[in-house]
Amino acid sequence: MSLFDKFQQIAAARQALIEKGLRSNVVMEKVVSPTEAVINGRHVILAGTNNYLGLTFDPDCIDAASTAVRKQGTGTTGSRMANGSYSDHVQLEKELAEFFKCQYGMVFSTGYIANLAMLSALTGTGDVLLIDADSHASIYDGCRLSGAEIIRFRHNDPNNLAKRLQRLGERASNTLIVVEGIYSMLGDRAPLAEIAAVKEQYGACLLVDEAHSLGVLGTNGRGLAEEAGVENRVDFVVGTFSKSLGAIGGFCVSNNPAMEIIPLAARPYIFTASSSPSIIASTRKALKVLKASPELRNKLWENAQNLYQKLQGLGFQLGPEISPVIAVRVPGIDQAVALWKGLLENSVYVNLVTPPATPDGGCLLRCSVSAAHTPEQIDKICNAFESQREALPAAQMA
Amino acid sequence: MTDYETLLKRVNELLAPFVEEGTPLREDSDFVADLNFDSLKVMKLVEQVEDEYDISIPLNILPDVQTVKDFVIQLQKLKDGQE
Repeated sequence: MSLFDKFQQIAAARQALIEKGLRSNVVMEKVVSPTEAVINGRHVILAGTNNYLGLTFDPDCIDAASTAVRKQGTGTTGSRMANGSYSDHVQLEKELAEFFKCQYGMVFSTGYIANLAMLSALTGTGDVLLIDADSHASIYDGCRLSGAEIIRFRHNDPNNLAKRLQRLGERASNTLIVVEGIYSMLGDRAPLAEIAAVKEQYGACLLVDEAHSLGVLGTNGRGLAEEAGVENRVDFVVGTFSKSLGAIGGFCVSNNPAMEIIPLAARPYIFTASSSPSIIASTRKALKVLKASPELRNKLWENAQNLYQKLQGLGFQLGPEISPVIAVRVPGIDQAVALWKGLLENSVYVNLVTPPATPDGGCLLRCSVSAAHTPEQIDKICNAFESQREALPAAQMA
Repeated sequence: MTDYETLLKRVNELLAPFVEEGTPLREDSDFVADLNFDSLKVMKLVEQVEDEYDISIPLNILPDVQTVKDFVIQLQKLKDGQE
């Protein structure tokens, strides 16, 4: 038994993919725009980036980042606990709190760290984390770090959640429920009003990860809690800068006074170097753009509806509801790889997702739509899928 | 105290549909090495057992479960803790 034996299973899975012609992870030789890149020398449309508002090339965001890097340098070279905060970190926290109409805001270096930090700081030995079964890996990893008891409830099932809270009895008051605004693999929303009602009935706390719903849902783009009208019933909102805000980083906003202590209690926060000035500057600008440009959200949803309906019309099996995350279901890995390669050869890049990263053991060709996609690009994505229909047997079409 | 043998019998019945025909199902069968379980199968089995006994099985116990016997022992502890 060697140190490296544990890699055998992963190595075998990797070898199987290589034998199917997938030699390595995709490398983008040139990124041309929010929706275009050059891959293997071919100009492709990007339909798997999570760049929901297309802000990665926004001129104002680029200017803000450029100015910050010149004035404040390339990095902070340490954690905020040790090195201190830059005033822009604090400003961004204030702006996020204000945007979400919350008392407290806190910024993290990545969205992954935001979940690790919040879950591990809010819960510990003797507490319970009650998480949706389809939660993102950052939620599972945050749970592990916490030392709390981890219980899953069935995906998007408030009755199953209630049953589990009932079983906990008095411990329900020491329970943090964790759900996501939009689930990253299938693009479905949590039934948040029902979940909030259950959490209130049992006296638990509720954290919502709006990673894929910030800037996407709600009249003002604040996410699912805003759309569902339950913002004042959600205890903690976590999110990321790496999707609709076009940068990298994470945040938490809340009205709970525990937020004053979290920076002193969350090890993933305390021991991570803080975000570079350029990241904070472009994020602050992107948040302003998000607030001032509801038309981007409208464009995003037009594109999402257009792509979902066209792919559905072509007979592909899709996720359960229209959203900017559109997952094409493919049962077998051979067909998924063939379809994915065929799409790339037709100049369209989407995400190939295989088990165990998928919720139900099947494979997904996961598309994410951007406000920056033109109607012509959406048509080209559909045409590429249409050209690859033969990769799937008729029985596997809707 | 919950009877181990009764639990084992029922767990074996719940396990059977997840195991390939011809694969022997024993008390010391290893979920991964012998029964070819992956994480998805584990979670489906957990859900079925949770429904069967009206309990919640914390994920924290899973690192201590390698064999069918380990699983039944953990289940027994959970059921006894509930009673």
